[in-house]
Amino acid sequence: MRPIATTRSTAGMPTGRLAVWWLIASEIVIFGGLLASYIMFRLSHESFSVQAANTNTWIGAFNTLVLLTSSLAAVLGHKAADEGDGPRAARQLYLTAFGGLVFAGIKFGIEWPHEIHEGFTISSGTFWSFYYTAAGIHAAHVIAGVIIMLIIAPRAAKNLDLHRVELIGVYWHFVDLVWIFLFPLLYIAK
Amino acid sequence: MAHHAEAHADASHGEHTHHGNYWRIWAILCVLLVISVAGPFFGHPIVTLITAFGIACVKAYMVAKNFMHITVAPRYVAYLIGTCLIFMMLFFAGAGPDVMELEGTNWEKPSWKYANAHAHEGHAAEHGAAAHH
Repeated sequence: MRPIATTRSTAGMPTGRLAVWWLIASEIVIFGGLLASYIMFRLSHESFSVQAANTNTWIGAFNTLVLLTSSLAAVLGHKAADEGDGPRAARQLYLTAFGGLVFAGIKFGIEWPHEIHEGFTISSGTFWSFYYTAAGIHAAHVIAGVIIMLIIAPRAAKNLDLHRVELIGVYWHFVDLVWIFLFPLLYIAK
Repeated sequence: MAHHAEAHADASHGEHTHHGNYWRIWAILCVLLVISVAGPFFGHPIVTLITAFGIACVKAYMVAKNFMHITVAPRYVAYLIGTCLIFMMLFFAGAGPDVMELEGTNWEKPSWKYANAHAHEGHAAEHGAAAHH
């Protein structure tokens, strides 16, 4: 017995992949609304640039590098899955999940504690409200991705449900893509 | 053996994705990241704008095309994503005029005016101190 997501493709692609694209479309509305709101405020209120000067560009840049590298691991996992090499696909998924953990560890273990210690909390001003909301929602997506990968990888290692390696990969690339826009907005445009 | 058969069924369902040189794409993305970080060091707002957001758009396109393989997906996926982006722009166009102005007909935002005035004072003080040094 195989689930419908792997066998049916009435929409021109497997149902599971279609579902991931639908998910991404809905995520665009969530993140897009947030980023559009931020840009409106940033363009019209100069006080934002004063507050943005307190974010750490180097930490943001390092986390960008971590996410880009984890995306590379995810797509290499997809390639391995396409070639039917489950164990290699699983190893790449574990590497991707490790990248996600490093990203979250830096954010929650170093970056945010430092900023909160400096007195910049979510209620310190409109900029910081946006900062913590946008980065927090993004980090929640990173953690969700890591959990899903840790569920998928053991089965992939046994050459089971290899299509899921691609599906979580597409989701992970989207998480990376959102960060690609968050990074210049929150860390560079000062 | 059964696992291998199932693996093959998993891997071969639907179309196969063409896999390019992902390491090369990753290297280009890293170089673009370095440029976007270096941009503000030139101290010119236009250069920062281009190196930050211009490069972000290029990086996003590269990830979507080469890692997510959006160009291989059926055409309606691109339409779906494009529609959501258009809705985002509609939201910006609709809400922007109210959010971005400090005052309008019979309304104003005194707290924002105050915050902006303080931001100006802060900038002026910084520039003054720099000139003095």
